[in-house]
Order: sequence, then structure tokens, then C-alpha cells
Amino acid sequence: MKKVYVNEEWCLGCHLCEYYCAGMNSGERDLVKAFSREKKPLPRIRVEEGTDVNFAVQCRHCAVPYCVKGCITGALSVNDGVIVCDQTRCVGCLTCVLSCPYGCIVRDEEAHVITKCDLCLSRNATPACVEGCPNKAIVLEDRE
Amino acid sequence: MAINYIPANFDVVRDHTRCIKCRVCERQCSNEVHYYDEELDTMLCNETDCVDCQRCVSLCPTKALKILPNENRFRKNVNWRQQLMVEAYKQAETGGILLSAMGNPEEFPIYWDKLLLNASQVTNPSIDPLREPMETRVFLGKKSNEVKYDSEGDLVLSNTAPHLELSTPIMFSAMSYGSISYNAHASLAKASKELGIFYNTGEGGLHKDFYEYGPNTIVQVASGRFGVHKDYLDTGAAIEIKIGQGAKPGIGGHLPGAKILEDVSRTRMIPMGTDAISPAPHHDIYSIEDLRQLVLSLKEATEYKKPVIVKIAAVHNVAAIASGVARSGADIIAIDGFRGGTGAAPTRIRDNVGIPIELALAQADFRLREEGIRDNVSLVVGGSIRCSTDAVKAVALGADAVYIGTAALLALGCHLCRDCQRGLCNWGIATQKPELVKRLNPEIGYKRLVNIVHAWDHEIKELMGGMGINSIEALRGNRLMLRGVGLNEVELELLGVKHAGTAI
Ligand code: SF4
Ligand code: SF4
Ligand code: SF4
Repeated sequence: MKKVYVNEEWCLGCHLCEYYCAGMNSGERDLVKAFSREKKPLPRIRVEEGTDVNFAVQCRHCAVPYCVKGCITGALSVNDGVIVCDQTRCVGCLTCVLSCPYGCIVRDEEAHVITKCDLCLSRNATPACVEGCPNKAIVLEDRE
Repeated sequence: MAINYIPANFDVVRDHTRCIKCRVCERQCSNEVHYYDEELDTMLCNETDCVDCQRCVSLCPTKALKILPNENRFRKNVNWRQQLMVEAYKQAETGGILLSAMGNPEEFPIYWDKLLLNASQVTNPSIDPLREPMETRVFLGKKSNEVKYDSEGDLVLSNTAPHLELSTPIMFSAMSYGSISYNAHASLAKASKELGIFYNTGEGGLHKDFYEYGPNTIVQVASGRFGVHKDYLDTGAAIEIKIGQGAKPGIGGHLPGAKILEDVSRTRMIPMGTDAISPAPHHDIYSIEDLRQLVLSLKEATEYKKPVIVKIAAVHNVAAIASGVARSGADIIAIDGFRGGTGAAPTRIRDNVGIPIELALAQADFRLREEGIRDNVSLVVGGSIRCSTDAVKAVALGADAVYIGTAALLALGCHLCRDCQRGLCNWGIATQKPELVKRLNPEIGYKRLVNIVHAWDHEIKELMGGMGINSIEALRGNRLMLRGVGLNEVELELLGVKHAGTAI
């Protein structure tokens, strides 16, 4: 299965991936419009910044996903290898946040639910972060 | 300084209705132009430091930015152009010579744009390069003009002079590791290998990581002799003696100690932090005879297996110098026009010294042919070849191949802000700062270089096909394929072309 991998050697820490991700998942076509809302759209990818090294982290879509195991309502499930969240079932207990070893689950504090990377499944195309990265620091590849 | 004599060059215009305050511009500008103000919750900027590199414009996700020329004007004066006034202020402040980078940007004639190409109609059919073979391969080096037979009457292959084989008549010109980054070099090296052409180390030596690209590398020997040793010479496919460079003929080079970090120091074989100063002349070359000694020493050192290139700048006496070089034992002469790029040059020299490459090439080719020594050498020209038609016109004026430097850097992202000398290149090209160098991923860079050369190669084939010519060989020196427009008689004569409208 194709997953998003990080080439930290090339990450500039520009944070563009976060903005493209947030924009994509806001449902708006236009980034300006997405960010003009009262509630700013949330990215599902986060850039970790260091002095010499930066890298972007998002869901690893683990083969043995602790988040799915721990979810108390069945909101998280595995769909063809991709871990997806049904927000209508999420009660915001944050068990998944605690169990994810990579810290990839994002809290939507206002809506009291979680949100997470679904590899842009919903839009059936290359993930927005990969497409928007200016330096190929994140790539979509099948490495298994 | 209490009085600011020099207004900002540019206006950084932000459309605040589009800006989403992502701060990408702030993170990407090495000149620290943009910044976020928390109190006002808005992006602000200090435009005096903007060099118009367009990095922020290219990366802004909402296209909220524009860099425009600052409209503020000093009182109009045709003689004292604003640029000259600004330069006077600068020098009054610093007491130093003015430095600039990249090629001469001033308004001198560009002869390429005043030359038009021919095409076939009715009587001499054009060739469709998609259906018929079209040869863009060229060999650079001495061409033997003898035919020998042995006692059995069989042909003796007497042409033993070493050659460079190029898949297309384009090479990447000399850019040293130091003036450009490791990643820029990696991109050039990899692209040359894939394309079957050559890149050139410039005078900075060859980084150990790039020895594997030796068969596609031209190693340079310049007046500072930086990084020159036996392995270096042995590794390259050809050796280039750099006498001069189009952007700064007659003067040496100076790479500031700040750029001599560990890797560059090892590659150049000089201590870290020391200035790398290339003298103006080679201190062992004061005549063609001296040049011959160096050419032959380099050949001796590499067992006569590699062609030797001598690179000179296009100056007034270029044809006679080319003739001397052709007699020095060199296999290839490279001539660099006055618009050639550089990582740093005194502005006055860059903008006022040298002559256009079109005239230099035409005259050198004439002179060598007149003296019957044209086949002793190949001619390669650079400074500045901007597109495939410039290359085709250069070949028609007598070149065997062209060197491209600026065009290659453009492929890597350069926007010609011409501020290379500050070492803060936002595109990761003319810098040694690791966080900036990182911005040029050679995986992306080399593909873009391969693309641009492939594109030019296609265009060259189309243009040649249109003329009914199916090889570079047949186009070389074929001035009948050229016509001048808007050129005076002296210019036409120097170029050896007829005016448009004149039949054969
Ligand atoms: S867009 Fe690419 S380079 Fe920029 S922070 Fe994200 S992964 Fe790093
Ligand atoms: S120097 Fe370059 S990145 Fe900085 S503001 Fe000017 S154009 Fe933008
Ligand atoms: S990159 Fe564009 S959108 Fe982001 S802060 Fe700068 S101007 Fe605003």
C-alpha cells in the first residue's frame, strides 16, 4: 500500500504541507476562503522543527493500529489499510490520542472530536501535503 | 545611519485579503524581509532588504505576494540615471568597489535577437525530425585532415587526438563548488551523466562525492590552481585551462573566507576560513609559448588521453588570441561573451569590459579558417546562450557547441536577482548555508536540467529539419542559414551574414 514517507533531509520546515492539508480538508476549494472562516481549518499533518532537521509527521497507518484497538465507540476503523475516523461516532474521549505512539491524532477542541490523516482518500488523489511540498520532503510510495 | 540616501529597490506588495498568515514567506526569506506581528495579527515587512529573488512569491500558497519595482524616483535625468546616483551614494558610504553577480544586465545590443534563421520551401525539402534521423551528436577536439593508407591500401585511422562526445551540442559551463552549492553541483553532475554531456567544475576543485561522475566532468585549472592534483586531472573527461571569464575579463576571483567551510576547504585544498584568491593572470603564463607549456604539461600528466580546453573571455583582440590558442596545442577553445554570468564581479567590469559573444565567435571562426587551422580546434561559446535558437545561431556562426550556465541555473530555480555574492541565495544555489543549500533537492534539480536540455535538443532538431539540414556538422559555420535584421554594414560584415531580404 502506498503511504506517505518523510525525507527529513529535504524538509525545509516551511509548513506549507500543513496549510495545504488544512485547506484540503476544510472542504473549500479556495485556501483564502478556508482560512477566512471564524474557525480556522485544522491540519492533520504537523511539522516538527529542530535546529538542523525538520520533518512532517502524520498518521503512519500502522498495520497494528493501537488507536483503532483502543477506540471505545468504533469511530476509528481500517479501510483498505487506511485508518479512517467517522466523526459522527467520535465522542472525544481521546483514548486514541493517548495510544498513538507517533502523536498523529489531532484534537478538534471546539467540535470535541478528533480528526486525522486519511491520505486524502476522500478526494481520491495524491495527498495534498505531498502535492504541495516544494522539495519532495514527503512522498507517497509503496515501500512494503 | 541617520540619513537613508538609497530607497528600497522593490515594493513588497501583499494582498491582505488573500494572506492567510501562514508565515511561509517569513520562513523562506533569507533576507528577513517578512515578519509576523502578533499584536496586529498581520504580516509586515522590511522591504529595504528585498532582492527580488521571488522565492516568497513562488511559495506563497495563496498568491498574495507581488514584488514590484519601487516607483519612487529621483528627479529624472538622462545623464545621471537613478542607478548611477544610487551607486555614487553606496560608494560614498562604503568607500569600496561595487560588486554584482550574474551577467551584464545593461542595454547593449543582443545580436542573437537580430539574426533570423532560414527554412526550406519547395526546392529543397525540409526534414521531419520525427520521421527521419537527425544527428545532434558532436565530437569536440582536434580533427585530423589527413587520410593515410598502409602498404596494403587499407585506411589507417590516424585520428588519435582525444575527443569529447556530446549527445547534443550543449554543455554546462564552469561553476565552482563554493560559488554554487553542493546540491547544485550534484544536480549538474547527475544531469550531465543522464544527458551524455558535460558539466564543469570551475576553479573550485572536485568534491570527492562527484568523482563517480568523472566521465561527464570537465575539470578546470585556473590561476589559483585550487584543488588541482593528479587524481583530479585523471578523473575528468577533459581539462580546461581558464584564462578568463566573460563577466570579468582580465581580473581574478575572490571567494571570501566565510564561504570556505570544511567541505569547500578540503575540495579547494586551502585552509578553512581563508579567502580563496585567484590571481588575475596565471603567473606562469605570459605568452602563447607559456600557455603551450601548460597545455603540454597537463597532457603529459594525463598521458595524452584527454582533450585540453582553453577558456578565454571575449575581448577586443579575441580572434588573434584564439589563433594563438589554436597553436598552443589546445584541442578546444571556449570563448565566453561579455554577458556571461558570475558569482561575484566588480560591477564596473561586468558591465563595461569585453565584447558580445556573437561578434567574437564570428571573428574567431573567420580567423581560424583563414589561417587554415580551424580543424585543429573545436570552438565552444558561452555568455550568454539563452535558448535553443541562440544555440542554433551560434553553430551557424561557427561554434561546435555551446556552454550554458545561467540557463542551467534558471532550470534549478534561479530568478536572476543577481545577488549571489551575498551568499544568501534563497533557491539553495549560490550559497553554502546548510539550511539554504537544503532547498535544492538534487532529485528535483537534475530532472529539471535534463528536461531543459531535452527540450532544447528537440527544438534544435526541429529548426535544423526546417532548414533541410540533418546534422550539427552540416549546420556548423553555415552562415547562409542566417540573415541579419536591423544591423549596419559593419556588423553584418563582422558576423559574415547578409541582411534579411538578400537572396543567396
Ligand atoms: S511542505 Fe515539505 S518541506 Fe515544507 S514543511 Fe512540509 S514536508 Fe517540510
Ligand atoms: S528577498 Fe526574495 S524572498 Fe525575500 S521578500 Fe524579496 S523576493 Fe521575497
Ligand atoms: S506566504 Fe503568503 S499567505 Fe503566507 S504569510 Fe506570506 S503572504 Fe501571507
